[in-house]
Amino acid sequence: MSAATDAKDLSSDTTGVTADPPLGPGRMAALRGRIFGHAGFMIGAGVLLLIVLLALFAPLLAPHDPYAQNLMMRMKPPVFLGGTWEHPLGTDLLGRDFLSRLLYGARVSLLIGIVAALISGVIGTTMGVLAGYFDGRVDAVVTFLINCRLAMPVVLVALAIVAVFGGSLTVVVTVLGLLLWDRFAVVMRASTRQIRSREYVTAARAIGCSVPRIVLTEIMPNLFNNLIVVATLEMAHAILLEAALSFLGLGVQPPTPSWGLMVSEGKQMLLFNPWMITIPGIALFALVLAINLLGDGLRDVTAPENRN
Amino acid sequence: MLSFIARRLGLAALVALTVSALSFGLLFLSGDPASAIAGEGANDADIAAIRSFYGFDRPVIVQYGDWLWSALHGDFGQSYYFQLPVSSLIADRLSVTMTLGVCGIVFALAVAIPLGVAAAVRPNSIVDRLALFLSVVGQAMPSFWFGLLLIVLFAVKLGWLPPSGTQSWTNFVMPTVVLGYYAMPAIMRLTRAGMLEVLGADYIRTARAKGAGEWRVLFKHALRNAVIPVVSLAAVQMGFMLGGSIVVESVFALHGAGFLAWESIGRNDLPTVQALILIFSMFYIVFTFLADILNAWLDPRMRTG
Amino acid sequence: MQASQDDRANEPLLAVRNLTIDIPVGGGTLHAVRGIDFELKRGETLCIVGESGSGKSLTSLAVMKLLGKSIRPHADAMTFEGTDLANAGPKAMRRLRGDRIAMIFQEPMTALNPAYTVGDQLIEAMRLHRPVSKAEARARALDLLGKVGITAAESRFSQYPHQLSGGLRQRIVIAMALMCEPDLVIADEPTTALDVTIQAQILRLLVDLQRELGMAMILITHDLGVVARVADRVAVMYAGELVETGSAAEIFNAPLHPYTRGLLRCIPVPDKTRRGADLGSIPGIVPSLIGEVRGCAFRDRCDMAVAACVEPIPERNDGPAHSYLCVHDQAALADGPAAPDDREVPA
Repeated sequence: MSAATDAKDLSSDTTGVTADPPLGPGRMAALRGRIFGHAGFMIGAGVLLLIVLLALFAPLLAPHDPYAQNLMMRMKPPVFLGGTWEHPLGTDLLGRDFLSRLLYGARVSLLIGIVAALISGVIGTTMGVLAGYFDGRVDAVVTFLINCRLAMPVVLVALAIVAVFGGSLTVVVTVLGLLLWDRFAVVMRASTRQIRSREYVTAARAIGCSVPRIVLTEIMPNLFNNLIVVATLEMAHAILLEAALSFLGLGVQPPTPSWGLMVSEGKQMLLFNPWMITIPGIALFALVLAINLLGDGLRDVTAPENRN
Repeated sequence: MLSFIARRLGLAALVALTVSALSFGLLFLSGDPASAIAGEGANDADIAAIRSFYGFDRPVIVQYGDWLWSALHGDFGQSYYFQLPVSSLIADRLSVTMTLGVCGIVFALAVAIPLGVAAAVRPNSIVDRLALFLSVVGQAMPSFWFGLLLIVLFAVKLGWLPPSGTQSWTNFVMPTVVLGYYAMPAIMRLTRAGMLEVLGADYIRTARAKGAGEWRVLFKHALRNAVIPVVSLAAVQMGFMLGGSIVVESVFALHGAGFLAWESIGRNDLPTVQALILIFSMFYIVFTFLADILNAWLDPRMRTG
Repeated sequence: MQASQDDRANEPLLAVRNLTIDIPVGGGTLHAVRGIDFELKRGETLCIVGESGSGKSLTSLAVMKLLGKSIRPHADAMTFEGTDLANAGPKAMRRLRGDRIAMIFQEPMTALNPAYTVGDQLIEAMRLHRPVSKAEARARALDLLGKVGITAAESRFSQYPHQLSGGLRQRIVIAMALMCEPDLVIADEPTTALDVTIQAQILRLLVDLQRELGMAMILITHDLGVVARVADRVAVMYAGELVETGSAAEIFNAPLHPYTRGLLRCIPVPDKTRRGADLGSIPGIVPSLIGEVRGCAFRDRCDMAVAACVEPIPERNDGPAHSYLCVHDQAALADGPAAPDDREVPA
């Protein structure tokens, strides 16, 4: 199997990102203009900032202890469904304050997203850059590993591993980090190949720069835009997967406030209290949407020629 | 063409072998499988007996070879939980998952391709914006949550569709929508991008200059070329969808292979889990392989070049 | 009876009056074609000559009504065989295209659909307009493939475009244009993309077929050598205007417009141009056509420019079919520029 054909197959589902030269001062102003003119980017950035702030200041903002049970106050509805301001978003099956759990749940989702994207980013970028820089055998091996990784059913494998090691935040985040590097590898490989053939890299080689030096000073800075775009998309992916694993009961374990877990708990009350799945679902949806809008927006503003 | 198929087949076999080793390796992550089977409170003699009964005392590589050899013959061992052959257990459930997968991809293609074409014909129009909106929302919607919302609306409030089970085709409507919705954005975007590119091609102008009508230009001349990459994407999505059916099946209590996988993980039924991971991987490998062949067949430049 | 037949023969096949084409661009409107008139009789060959960007291709696409959505054409009148093209709907245009008016494009490498065989594409061209069976269309296609000089037509029939050379593809594009025996063929630089050795063959073929089938042809080119060989009438286009129109003999033997003269000076003439002598060239660049353009667009490059060139330019005639756009009359033009011109080709 030629690596070239395969790379083409693999890159078919990527985001259409390309390598871009670093931004000079003149392009900075144009970039600023594009950022503020891009509605999706601004909405995404705004919502994400809001959620990050809510998560950071959860201890100050939360009206109650997210773990404090009160069996006398179970399943109180939110204010807009006739509840009281004591529990603005109502209480869950164990009488815990829904708003407080939601705020602390944001911490779990963001933590999972950021750490998983970091782990998979390091793995995937290393593999992708190596494959893109060194053609031939290295590339063939990396491409093969990417193919193997894509062949494994992510949810199933993640569930099985979490079941073996037990569902803690650390285990979930590690498993996701170890499973989601494929897109990083695919995109970084394609971008590195593109940059490698640029004149400034040839020039660096011609004056005798070492390979690590070329990779670190000539290639990596130019991968940054694409790396950030993929990182946002994978962060969203990790958050969704954590929620799915927790929903299936094999992710973050109770009583940790995870949004996926909250939906799962609310599922039992589907018939009578649909708000119990609606509220954490909306939170999850809003967070993932914000990150995706931010990622798409970043791609548009850093490489406007790829908009379509 | 033949050498292309042979090379592709060789790669697929190698990937399959590696994945099989990984899914087998999962068994040994869990520590001593014998004590897991024996359960809590079993004495050492029992565990030793189980160990030798299942052959856990042999070297790992021998066990893997043995397992692989049997798996190639369709024998995935005994389920710890049901005490039945894993293969017959899975065979019962696979038809549900396959039905769901096929319905899902057909639904996704049926919605995404026309939408992608319409969006490309009039970029930045209402249709284009609606398509973009749907794809952005689709990518952000957690599938289990979307499934539950559908249940609340169509099963609980409206009573049009059954919330769960596999009794009739109506049970498959909501799962199909949820599973298909997940594959739609990527297919839609790729169709749109492909059509935009193709519609600018010279041969489209030639077709118009021949006097071909707008529909003929769009569907016979443009889509035929734009759909080539969509085919391989759809196959990849189909592979992902079967793997992702575990979530959908558990939401709608559809007793397919995904549901079985979920139950088996909960029951620590490792032979079943291993077999399912391997089978889902095989589906992905087979689908991508078929997609490559189909792609080459659809693209005359690859077929004859 | 006799008279009406003559009327029909004298009536132009295609008549275009005051065609303008505007393209909205970032900084305003690009007036790519600015009020041109031309007509074409049955069986006649009209060559439209001009440099790239002068609006030749846009003009041909406007006749076919195949301009992109953002491009805005307007004509006071545009008639083909009595059909009003200017006001024809998409359906009427579709019936004409490929049937009565066919087009041959510049790029044979990309003009054919890569997904279908040559045969399928030829058959489609016919069956879109004629209620014939596939077998009949196939027979016609094979016949035409022979006519355009393709040997082993049977085997070419089932091949895909990517398997053929550029010259072969252009022959196929030509055959495709002829499937319905059109009255008019518009060939937009049909040989530009081909190897020099193939260019002459394809051109010869095109002209032979045109004569044999009695079609009218609009040949768009920037190659005056080609024009000299095939044209009945020549229209010289500069910056969106037809600066001079006339019979081939008039244009080549008695060019009037300074631009036409400049163009003709650029062709080396065997036995007349000294080896090593400088060929003529026209200094300067084409002005921007964005925004309002007044007066003669050629004045900045013209050695006969006078103050009046910034005013609207009258159309002048020299004989019934020879017209040009210039402030100078024929006598003034015949005298040439006041100062001796050092760029003139030594005779």
